[in-house]
Amino acid sequence: MAEGGQNGDLQRTVLHDLHLDLGAKMVPFAGYAMPVQYKPGVMAEHLHTRAQAGLFDVSHMGQVILRGEAAAAALERLVPVDLQGLAEGRQRYAMFTDERGGILDDLMVANRGDHLFLVVNAACKEADIAHMRAHMDGVTVTPVTDRALIALQGPLAEAALAALVPGVAAMRFMDVATYDWDGAALWVSRSGYTGEDGFEISVPEPCAGAFARALLARPEVAPIGLGARDSLRLEAGLCLYGNDITRDTTPVEAALGWAIQKVRRRGGAREGGFPGADVILRQLETGPERRRVGLRPEGRAPMRAGTQLFADDTADTPVGTVTSGAYGPSIEAPMSMGYLPAALSATGTQVFGELRGKRHPARVVDLPFRPAGYRK
Amino acid sequence: MKYTEEHEWLRVEGDLVVVGITEHAAEQLGDVVFVELPELETQVAKGDEVCVIESVKAASDILAPCDGEIVAVNDALSDAPGMVNDDPQGDAWFFKMKLDDMSVLDDFMSEDEYKAFIG
Repeated sequence: MAEGGQNGDLQRTVLHDLHLDLGAKMVPFAGYAMPVQYKPGVMAEHLHTRAQAGLFDVSHMGQVILRGEAAAAALERLVPVDLQGLAEGRQRYAMFTDERGGILDDLMVANRGDHLFLVVNAACKEADIAHMRAHMDGVTVTPVTDRALIALQGPLAEAALAALVPGVAAMRFMDVATYDWDGAALWVSRSGYTGEDGFEISVPEPCAGAFARALLARPEVAPIGLGARDSLRLEAGLCLYGNDITRDTTPVEAALGWAIQKVRRRGGAREGGFPGADVILRQLETGPERRRVGLRPEGRAPMRAGTQLFADDTADTPVGTVTSGAYGPSIEAPMSMGYLPAALSATGTQVFGELRGKRHPARVVDLPFRPAGYRK
Repeated sequence: MKYTEEHEWLRVEGDLVVVGITEHAAEQLGDVVFVELPELETQVAKGDEVCVIESVKAASDILAPCDGEIVAVNDALSDAPGMVNDDPQGDAWFFKMKLDDMSVLDDFMSEDEYKAFIG
C-alpha cells in the first residue's frame, strides 16, 4: 500500500495549490502531478458528479490551435473525420491514425471561426504536435501553453456555470463559444468525459484559480479527481487512450466507426485520404475481426485491465483481453471493456475472465453501461 | 490487539485469533467494492494469500499472519464490502484462525508500536 511515486520532478498545473488546499491526494500522471482524489474519495466523487456537478482540472491535456486557410483540409489528411463539414461553433471527436489503421491519439476538434482548436491527450501531446507539423504544410500549429482547462460535469453543471457565465445555458452538446468572465476570454465547449451534460472550459492561466474557486463556491460543485474521472468515463463507455485504444486497435475495431462520416467512407466525396484508409474503410464494409465490447462480470469481482478472456471455462487459449475494468459506483456493479472476436461480440454472449487462476463468467452488454445525459 | 507490518490487526478471542485490516489500511485502500474470503477449515501458512480485497483503486491481498486453520469467515463482507471502510477494526473482521502456536502473537506490534510504524 505504498503511496504513488516521487512527485518532485513532475510538471504542475496552474491549479496545483488549489488541489493541495482542497486536500487532494496527488499522483504522477502523464508527467504531471495530478489529484487522484480529494477527501470524500473516488466513490463519493463519482456519485456527486452524477447527482450534482463535479469540477475537474484537465490542464495537463494538450490545447493546440491550427491556423491556415486550408487547416481543416490539411487535418483531414491525418484523421478519418469530416472536418471541412464541421460548422463554425461546433466540435467533433476524431483520432489520428497510422498507416496500419491504428490509433495514435484521440482528440476533440472545434471550429472556432478563423482557427481550429484541438484538445489532445496529455501523454501524446508532444508527438501529436510533431506529427501535425510534419504533415500539414501551410498550417501553423501552435500549442496553447498559457491556458488551464477545466471540466465541469453533471446535471447541475449548466446551473453552476450559467451563474457565472449566463450565455452558456443556450449551448447544446458539442457547441463551442467564447464568453467573457471578469475580463477573461473563456473558450467553452458543451462536452466532457463523464457521460453527463457539462462543459470544458479553457481559461487564461492568471484567472484559472479564481475561476475554479468561483465555481467551487457554489454548493452543487465539488472537486473531482482522476480516480472518479476514470470510473465515470468507463460507465459512459468512453475509451481511454493507451488502454482501450492504441496503435494496435483501429477505429472500427474500437467501435468508433460512428466518428467516421459518410463523406470519408467508400463512395464519399472525400473518401479515404488519411493514414490506414485501406484497412479502416475495408473494415467498415466487411466488419472487423475483433471488436471492443462492454462486459458485465457476474458477481462483484471487478475484471480489470489485462484480465484474459476465454470462450469457455476450460479453453487453453484466451480469445481477448480486458482493456479497462472497474467497479461502477452508479450501476453498483463491476464493468469492463475489452476486445473479443467478432463471433463472440454479440450482446448477450457469455465469456469467461480469469481472475487469480479462476474463470468467472461475464456477459457482453451494450455500451454505455449507463445512459448519457447530454443536452442535445 | 496486535498489529502486523501488512496493516492487519489481530484480536484474541478465547483460543482463536480474529483478523482484520487497520483503519489506516482501509483509508489507503479507498472504497472497498469486493471481498473474497478464504474457505473454511483451510490450513494456512504465514504469508499465504488468504483474502482478496478490491477497492475502487486496486486489488490487494490479505496474508495469513501466522500458521493455523481458518475456522470462521465474515460472510457479511461479501454482500457489504463497504463495511471495511465503515468499521474496519470492528464489524468488518475478515476471518478467525486457530493458531498452531499462540505464542507467535508476542512477535507482533502493540498499538503504540503500530502507530509509530505508520508514522
